[in-house]
Amino acid sequence: MHLLSIDWWFLLEKLVLIMVIISLSLVIAMYTTYAERKVAAWLQDRRGPNRAGPWGILQPLADGGKLFFKEEIIPLVSSKFLFILGPSLAMITALLTSAVIPWGTSLHLFGREMPLQIADVNIGILYIFGVVSLGVYGIMIGGWASNNKFSLLAAIRAASQMISYELAMGLALIAVLMLAGSLQMSVIVQNQIDHGWHVIYQPLGFVIFFICALAECNRTPFDLAEAENELNFGYHQEYSSMKLGFYLFAEYINMFISSAVMATLFFGGYDIPFVNEASWGISPNLLALIGFAVLMAKIFFFLFVFIWIRWTIPRFRYDQLMNLGWKGLIPLSLANMVLTAVVMLILKK
Amino acid sequence: MSITLILFWFLSVLALFSAAMVVASKNPVYSVLWLILVFFAISGHYLLLNAQFLAIVNIIVYAGAIMVLFLFVIMLMNLNKSNEPKRNKWLNLAGVLAGGCLLLVLVAALKNAETKATLAETGTGNIGLIENLGKALFTDYVVPFEISSVLFLSAMVGAVVLGKKESSPDTAGQSGKSSEK
Repeated sequence: MHLLSIDWWFLLEKLVLIMVIISLSLVIAMYTTYAERKVAAWLQDRRGPNRAGPWGILQPLADGGKLFFKEEIIPLVSSKFLFILGPSLAMITALLTSAVIPWGTSLHLFGREMPLQIADVNIGILYIFGVVSLGVYGIMIGGWASNNKFSLLAAIRAASQMISYELAMGLALIAVLMLAGSLQMSVIVQNQIDHGWHVIYQPLGFVIFFICALAECNRTPFDLAEAENELNFGYHQEYSSMKLGFYLFAEYINMFISSAVMATLFFGGYDIPFVNEASWGISPNLLALIGFAVLMAKIFFFLFVFIWIRWTIPRFRYDQLMNLGWKGLIPLSLANMVLTAVVMLILKK
Repeated sequence: MSITLILFWFLSVLALFSAAMVVASKNPVYSVLWLILVFFAISGHYLLLNAQFLAIVNIIVYAGAIMVLFLFVIMLMNLNKSNEPKRNKWLNLAGVLAGGCLLLVLVAALKNAETKATLAETGTGNIGLIENLGKALFTDYVVPFEISSVLFLSAMVGAVVLGKKESSPDTAGQSGKSSEK
């Protein structure tokens, strides 16, 4: 009987990969909170967390445990379902993006080739865009369901900020797409291995993309959605316990994923710089793992820059934020796009 | 039963159920959320037809942008049950009748469409992939494409003109100042 014509090995392989990548994202996000506190302490000439474990490395576990044991409060006059849906959506959309990022070349195990990418779809970049544009819902639904005017105001701020910066982000990406000639993430990485990293050709595009990524993650200087002195605490003011933890945690996962996207689109992904690793003649499995480690190093560098910026630059005012987005970044990225197209046309002839 | 067929039935039931819930929900915020689910189910159908580009654009444009605006408006209007006007029973009946008529017209119009020639090929076919779609749009359909983009531009200009505050004679000085900024 042929009940279900499914390639079970394929399914199992992808399931394992998904589990590994999701747990990796969670662990890295956990230790980014630790890194944030340590870097902040370093920049401010303090010691930072140093009580839980050696050098305080168990601090994220202590923080998580504390959040789990806090009392869970759900406001009386709010929609309970939506109140819980908000942080869940924030978490889900943060984790979804990792599906199209190529984490390395393929592993050869048990006679099968196993690419280190969950889905090498034809529309890789657009998929990231789709998920990023859904990220607004977690914040908006949570802010509205809190039944608190400050939460609602913060949610609307966050949503309009994310929508505004998505435009400039998309326009900056079009120039990269023209260089790579494809939307497929693996092709974009391969193009960089063959012709050099995109950041060399698109420095302006990278800067615009980076600024927009800061805004999309609600990081300082764009963290108006959680401006303590104007809105108390922002859209998660009414949240307590692990639901608050989800919102805070989703921000760190977003940071990790957007660092991965930047490393993949502009800094060659898993490409090892300055060498031709294919000529080393070592086993492809080892090569894939080295590539993965190189990608991680690039990601950690970006995460450090994110934290560095947070503890260096003060917050924008809201009109400054909108001016920068609509009158600064969008025309700049349009010009960048047209310029790239013209140069490409001239060089081809 | 192949996995495509299972997904097809799952997505169809999801789409129809969510569409019914859009109408049935009392709270407009829930209606919007159900509508988002409808868009997701439809995107799933596009994926089954191997039209990846359409699927993702459907999510980006409808679920990611237009529904966010819907949600904005509904959340800011603060619709409560108390200020909702009581509807006439006959008005409800008229609504059902009008909707039924629309359904009848649609079914009648599509009944004799060339279903056999254009039967959807699930899982195969690559017309929905971005290269083919782009080539078709910029070669065969370039004039309609450009005209529709001009239409969108005029809509944008219209929105800006409508959104601009008109300066009445007594406050002309103030608004003049703010527009100079």
